[in-house]
Amino acid sequence: MKWKSRVFGPVLAAGLVFSLSPALAETVLRVKPSGDVKVLDPTIAADSIARNFGYMIYDTLFAVDESLTVQPQMVESWSTSEDGKLWTFTLREGLAFSDGAPVTSADVIASLERWAKADAMGQALSARGAVWTQVDDRTFTLGLDRPWGLVLEALGKPGAPVPFILPARVIAAAAADQPVTDQTGSGPFVFVKEAWIPGSKLVFTKNPNYVPRAEPASGLAGGKVAKVDRVEWLILPDQQTALDALKQGELDIAEDIPTDLIPLAQMSPDVVISNQDEIGVAQQMRLNSLVPPFDNPKVRQAALLATNPQDYLDAMASGDDSLAKICRSFYVCSSPVYTEAGFPAPDLEQAKALLQEAGYDGTPVVILNAAENAQINPASLVAEQQLEAVGFTVDVQAMDWATVVTRRTSKEPVSNGGWSIFISGPGGLDFMVPNSHLGLRSNCEGAWFGWPCDATIETLREAYGEAPDLTARQQIAEEVQAKALETVPYVPLIVQYQIRAARSDLQGILATPAPVYWNIGRE
Amino acid sequence: MLTFVLRRLLTTIPVMIFVALFVFSLLYLAPGDPAALIAGDQATPEQIEAMRRSLGLDQPFLVRFWNWSWQVVQGDLGTSIFSNLPVTTLIAQRLEPTLSLMLLTVALSVLIAVPMGVLAGARQGGWIDRAVMAMAVMGFSVPVFVIGYLLAYVFSVRLNLLPVQGYTPLAEGFRPFLANLILPAVALSGVYIALIARITRTAMIDVLSQDYIRTARAKGLGTMQVLFLHALKNAAVPIVTVIGVGIALLIGGAVVTETVFAIPGIGRLVVDAILRRDYPVIQGVILMFSLTYVLINLLIDLSYTILDPRVRY
Repeated sequence: MKWKSRVFGPVLAAGLVFSLSPALAETVLRVKPSGDVKVLDPTIAADSIARNFGYMIYDTLFAVDESLTVQPQMVESWSTSEDGKLWTFTLREGLAFSDGAPVTSADVIASLERWAKADAMGQALSARGAVWTQVDDRTFTLGLDRPWGLVLEALGKPGAPVPFILPARVIAAAAADQPVTDQTGSGPFVFVKEAWIPGSKLVFTKNPNYVPRAEPASGLAGGKVAKVDRVEWLILPDQQTALDALKQGELDIAEDIPTDLIPLAQMSPDVVISNQDEIGVAQQMRLNSLVPPFDNPKVRQAALLATNPQDYLDAMASGDDSLAKICRSFYVCSSPVYTEAGFPAPDLEQAKALLQEAGYDGTPVVILNAAENAQINPASLVAEQQLEAVGFTVDVQAMDWATVVTRRTSKEPVSNGGWSIFISGPGGLDFMVPNSHLGLRSNCEGAWFGWPCDATIETLREAYGEAPDLTARQQIAEEVQAKALETVPYVPLIVQYQIRAARSDLQGILATPAPVYWNIGRE
Repeated sequence: MLTFVLRRLLTTIPVMIFVALFVFSLLYLAPGDPAALIAGDQATPEQIEAMRRSLGLDQPFLVRFWNWSWQVVQGDLGTSIFSNLPVTTLIAQRLEPTLSLMLLTVALSVLIAVPMGVLAGARQGGWIDRAVMAMAVMGFSVPVFVIGYLLAYVFSVRLNLLPVQGYTPLAEGFRPFLANLILPAVALSGVYIALIARITRTAMIDVLSQDYIRTARAKGLGTMQVLFLHALKNAAVPIVTVIGVGIALLIGGAVVTETVFAIPGIGRLVVDAILRRDYPVIQGVILMFSLTYVLINLLIDLSYTILDPRVRY
């Protein structure tokens, strides 16, 4: 007995000492975001993580609620002239930046002019001759040379880059095309730059100057009430560690947990699993329309017919249709204009016939495979197998994502370092409706990588913004889809949901297109 | 001695110039573009090109190399393309976690491995020797991340004794500091215990067959005195060499441990920088690694004069 106490005594004592790890304060929310914030400027770095960072510290004029309807946020009232060419907006009273300075029309105009250069919908506004004019500190106008039905949708868009409002002085201090260096905002939280460890930790505290709306929080709209004093974003590169930390209460929320860890998370009574939103990400096979073999529309059509999304669902989401969905459309399933009209079922024989008809000469299809990515790698391998099955010669080239994003800018033929396909999963928000659709944009040089070129689609996208009602919009969406089935700028694979794991004692987590951390408290 | 030190320090200059040129050239040739990563998924080629221009990445190789070298000579390692923070600040943020992990790992390794190796050498062929060598093989064979996961599962998830992840600076208290570091250090020390124990054993076997050991025993000295005072001191040169090499390897080799236990160390800093092509950070950290390697080697060489009086520079 004596030897046991000698051996285990110190061990237990050490255990007691070490078990006194710091208790979680009631008012701290620890979150593992789905990635690290690379650049602290959500306008320059138009990715979803930078956007999520933006929602913490900045506010927007308008925002979408849980039904994706645009609602006023910083704006108190607005009106439009009879001809629809002049919009007048008035800011809510008492809006202030975290340093105490009031938010004025000048800040709004500087922010929106900067955003319009970076965003497709902002560019659409500019193309209609948008002129922003300050009337007084709280009132400003937007003049257009022709009416546009999507002004509020543009100002309340939740997809990156979001039209966040920054102080005009901060924008003026930043060099052109360079990120801002001061993160002062008028959002519900303040970024604590001194506590920032890039690649490891970001700290936000409650903004004492924030004035939430009176309405309850709904989606990204309504009262953004910070119910914790401090939010910490912990960049945990290892997903298993993140899950263990969540189970042990060292972490409160883990965004975007991988499919294979979901069953493990579900085993813990302290952890709740849910979809981050019902929109998901649009996993797709982007085709390079500029160079052979996909410079021929028939070859692109063959690739579409060769694709069986079920195999992708099996490979990328373990075949679990609660984690991903097959949307037989160029629009994500939750789109208000979702249509399956004309979308073909997989047909290998027809794909082979099309390839023959196109005179496919065996030019290799080069797939840029970001092999370190748990979604892209299996999808690339499925693509290889499916394309080879109909007669394509496929060359899957493994690399990291940083190389993919560089290689995909190349317009060279595949024999000279070019590419044919890359797999990507941009946010589904950018795949909802024709005019802001990232994948269907077919304005040649201005289009997304792959540079599809089709005047009809562009005309229809333009018309969508001017359609009077949902029926007309639905009609245009179907026409766009019919044309896209001929041009095939990309092949839709699956819509995959991002899964959130959270501690079960948290309340008020909102179902939003971007993960946000206001309104969340503990039981 | 002083001449030797000065000469060695002077030879580091061409080494550092070569490292700088080599790393810069390699990164210049490597595929990947930080401008494309910053600009995001929706950026058009024109926007990416504008970003490249604003970051100065469109400049010719020699211009970029000259600008960077001139900064380095002035003690400025540059600014991160992404965080916009000075590289020296980023390194300083990460230095304490990495140094703490390294020192604790080395301390654990030496305290465990040297006695193990000494005993194994003294009992060559016996069960202690076989047990130590079996443990050494296991230490070499089991990957660090496996040990890390197992330790975290047992001591954090099951027994709830230690935190799963993270790092607490020493300034915030010794207890949380140690609580966060103990599992990573144990996980990382496995391979170093194996390495040091094997070398210690081999060196001890060699020394224990020497005449002066027989003499010491003949004088009536106890076994422990013979082993640890006479034999170990004379076996120390290869052991210290291995410990020194181990420290040098640890500087960059802790990246897996830092990842598994989410420790914000230099290993993760450089891996993240490589994945993003954050050139100034990669270049700055590798230069720092190189300088540290050179200095550790110098210290090892100098330690020989203390351990072996026959060595003179």
